[in-house]
Amino acid sequence: MLLISGGHLIDPSQGLNKVGDLLVTEDKISWIGDKGTAPVKQGFSILDASRMVVCPGFIDLHSHLREPGFEDKETIATGTQAAARGGFTTICCMANTEPPIDTRAVVDYVKTKARMAGLVRVLPIGCITKRRRGEELAEMAELAEAGVVAFSDDGDPVINSSLMRHALEYSRVFSLPIIDHCEDKTLSQDGVISEGWVSTRLGLKGIPAASEEAMVARDLALAQLTGAKLHIAHATTEGSVELIRHAKEKGVSVTAEVTPHHLTLTEERVIGNQLTPKTYHLSATAYDANAKVNPPLRTKKDIAALIKGLKEGVIDAIATDHAPHTLADKMCEFDLAAFGISGLETAFGCLMSLVHNGELDLVTLISKLTFEPARIARNKYEELGSLKIGSPADITLFDPDKEWIVDSNKFASKGKNTPFSGCQFKGKVMAAIASGKIVYQDNLIKVKGN
Amino acid sequence: MRVTEPNTFTVMPETSPPSLKPWQHNHILDLDNFTKDEIELVFETSNAMKEVLKREIKKVPTLRGKTLATLFCEPSTRTRASFELAAKNLSADVINLDAIKSSVIKGESLIDTLRTLQAMGADIIVIRHSQSGAPYLAARHLNVSIINAGDGWHAHPTQALLDLYTIHHHLGQLNGLKVVIIGDIMHSRVAHSNIWGMSIMGAEVVLCAPASLLPYGLNDFVTNCHLPPITVEPKLDIALKGADAIMPLRLQKERQQTNLLPSLREYIQLYQLNQERLSLAKSHALVLHPGPVNEGIEIAPEVAYGAQSVIEEQVTNGLAIRMALLYLTVGGKR
Amino acid sequence: MPKKVLMTAEDIRRILARIAHEIIEKNRGARYLILVGMRTRGVPLAKRLAVLIRNLEGIKVPVGALDISLYRDDFSSLESKPVVQRTDIPTDITDKQVILIDDVLYTGRSIRAAMDALVDLGRPKSIQLAVVIDRGHRELPIRADYVGKNVPSSRSEEIQVCVEEIDGNDKVTISAKLGGT
Repeated sequence: MLLISGGHLIDPSQGLNKVGDLLVTEDKISWIGDKGTAPVKQGFSILDASRMVVCPGFIDLHSHLREPGFEDKETIATGTQAAARGGFTTICCMANTEPPIDTRAVVDYVKTKARMAGLVRVLPIGCITKRRRGEELAEMAELAEAGVVAFSDDGDPVINSSLMRHALEYSRVFSLPIIDHCEDKTLSQDGVISEGWVSTRLGLKGIPAASEEAMVARDLALAQLTGAKLHIAHATTEGSVELIRHAKEKGVSVTAEVTPHHLTLTEERVIGNQLTPKTYHLSATAYDANAKVNPPLRTKKDIAALIKGLKEGVIDAIATDHAPHTLADKMCEFDLAAFGISGLETAFGCLMSLVHNGELDLVTLISKLTFEPARIARNKYEELGSLKIGSPADITLFDPDKEWIVDSNKFASKGKNTPFSGCQFKGKVMAAIASGKIVYQDNLIKVKGN
Repeated sequence: MRVTEPNTFTVMPETSPPSLKPWQHNHILDLDNFTKDEIELVFETSNAMKEVLKREIKKVPTLRGKTLATLFCEPSTRTRASFELAAKNLSADVINLDAIKSSVIKGESLIDTLRTLQAMGADIIVIRHSQSGAPYLAARHLNVSIINAGDGWHAHPTQALLDLYTIHHHLGQLNGLKVVIIGDIMHSRVAHSNIWGMSIMGAEVVLCAPASLLPYGLNDFVTNCHLPPITVEPKLDIALKGADAIMPLRLQKERQQTNLLPSLREYIQLYQLNQERLSLAKSHALVLHPGPVNEGIEIAPEVAYGAQSVIEEQVTNGLAIRMALLYLTVGGKR
Repeated sequence: MPKKVLMTAEDIRRILARIAHEIIEKNRGARYLILVGMRTRGVPLAKRLAVLIRNLEGIKVPVGALDISLYRDDFSSLESKPVVQRTDIPTDITDKQVILIDDVLYTGRSIRAAMDALVDLGRPKSIQLAVVIDRGHRELPIRADYVGKNVPSSRSEEIQVCVEEIDGNDKVTISAKLGGT
């Protein structure tokens, strides 16, 4: 039994927002109430949560754990450790492993490895197509039964529209969302950053916003046609937000996510290693491959539209798109560098900057990290994203004002590739509890008792 | 009694004593961070180097004991030879590494290759690479000076300097001159560096190209980089009116293959610099070209070899400019 | 120590007149002479000597300007490099008597660099050296053929020759070096 005492409890799933106590018994939340009134029994531990916020454990709809196949970039063990440090007690891992998650065997492998790591909950995502080749449908029924929470060929779009239509139709039976990585590859061909003045400045081939929007439009039309559940991965442009808003107004069954880096960094980050470059003269820090990501970082206008979309519910959730890479993958010519940001351990700190400068309120932020993703990744085994009594004891504690500096060398993730290196954040995850077990605690957290 | 000056001299007029000016550039990656004074210093130094090139013994001992390494990951005839000769004229030693294929395919990363050159004693590394940003990666990870001999679509500072120098040599002050750049601006590192250089020196830049070959986000680029306004004029005849210098860019055949242009034939009809169009410019207008020339495509042969062409002179000037840059960048306490 | 005037404009005029005579005497005329001024102040001095020689012998002696920046031996230890100006020598120096002209002779290193430069430009019959001030402290075996004035000095002092063409007036001053030796 664990008593989490005196924290500021925020649970958007039940409109909870007050200081109080929370009781964990075994792997479930057993009691919530006013401070000092918990019905504790013998042999309980206390975690002093004063001056901290206590909320449901964060849920990441979009992470790349790289195992099986790319264990030099990350393993399920290191990835779940990174998740715990970032406050994520549930992560949905994408299917672009080697072999890809297109059979029951690989699903079971991932689940077993996660169980062995014994940290956070891992919910696998299955491929839409066999071997992620974009040609034939994967055996969705088998994958659904094995326990996947969604289908995605992420890393790549489903290029063939007819195939995407059939995938959406077929998925309706399982009521699981199809997640599409929206990119028109003929428009984005060889592009490495967003197309615009920065790509001109740096002499790099750009990826126009239209590349994402064209695919979003196609997917929305198909979602409307089939009535299936569509989820748009990592939306990044103002145009995409508008398309999704319009579709939702028409009643199309679509949800969407956005990443922390797309909410806080612009394409200008590639020019230098400060969050806002002071000068437009290129220095030796230019062409920072740590800022190379697909879809690419966009403009201030896009960020404003994404934040507005989040607040209005057009964008339902925030997901990290955690994409760890080795040092060699990134320390090379910009065109050759791998796309991706290792984001689990910086997501919260980075998002808190939006709260601190008044662009997003804390309750909405928590909702986008807990209740909303849970709604999308409906795990048939348990209700996640909530502190309701009887829910799994997945809890995150954070100090909204604690200042800290990002040091990628200290990451638990094997992927040190982050554009936030050296950044000062205000707001830090202090502890994470998954199924009642403390899977991460900051040095300053003390647990008294057993 | 003041001594009167006889008239047998061709000596340069007296200038105030040269002050020891600290050269700020550890690397030469692009012209964006150069000041007008610095560019003029490069010109002055190049004047001195040009004199050395006129001698019978075109060698001075200035960089004796220093080593220049060239790493060209893209084929090049003139630029590499130009750097090599520049270094040798200054008595430096030269190592040449040919890495035409991508270093990753060969198994050795770019940084490893560069570190090897550094370990071999290179004091300065000249890099040409097909990917933009490669010299910046080099500058980030090495302790030696890096000179960019052209990276992808991004920059070619030494070419721009020699272009500016050539125009300056013929027409004097660059301030207020109208310079027209024609062709594949989007993919041209020569155009980009020249835009910076011309803007710093106060020349007016006019870009003439089909819309599919203009850089994206040009207006934002000009605004955000605090550059003076750049005119874009798609019609060549209008663009050339009153031009002081014209630079047709090399058109690569691949552009037609990737559907940026319908055909070479149409490009030639609309954008080739021929004698008739040249007469629309000022009578003293100079014709420049970064080379190698695609005769009959972007430029008519009679213009390329005509009286207003300074293309050959650009090559000589290129040598002087590179000698000047080596002199200014190498040596001295950091 | 404030600047002390060692030579006035009149002194300089007389010295140059004497040196012009000496050059003509030693070389038995002015027929094969070339005057090469070392940048920067050597150049106007060379021009003046050419006028004086012309007035005496009726011969127009060619005058050139030599920049030794590219021949210095202290390149690597300089904080910042000198601006290189053009070397301009209007005629071939092979088989000619080159008279190098400089304002102050000190360690001798500039003259060594100048000789290296001249040898690259041709094969002079001889190289002679004329200076306004010889302040001693040679670090190389170099001596001047024609000296305006010998001024013993210490290393902590600075001797400055001003010429009207560049500085606005003619004079030679001595003062303490800023920041010590």
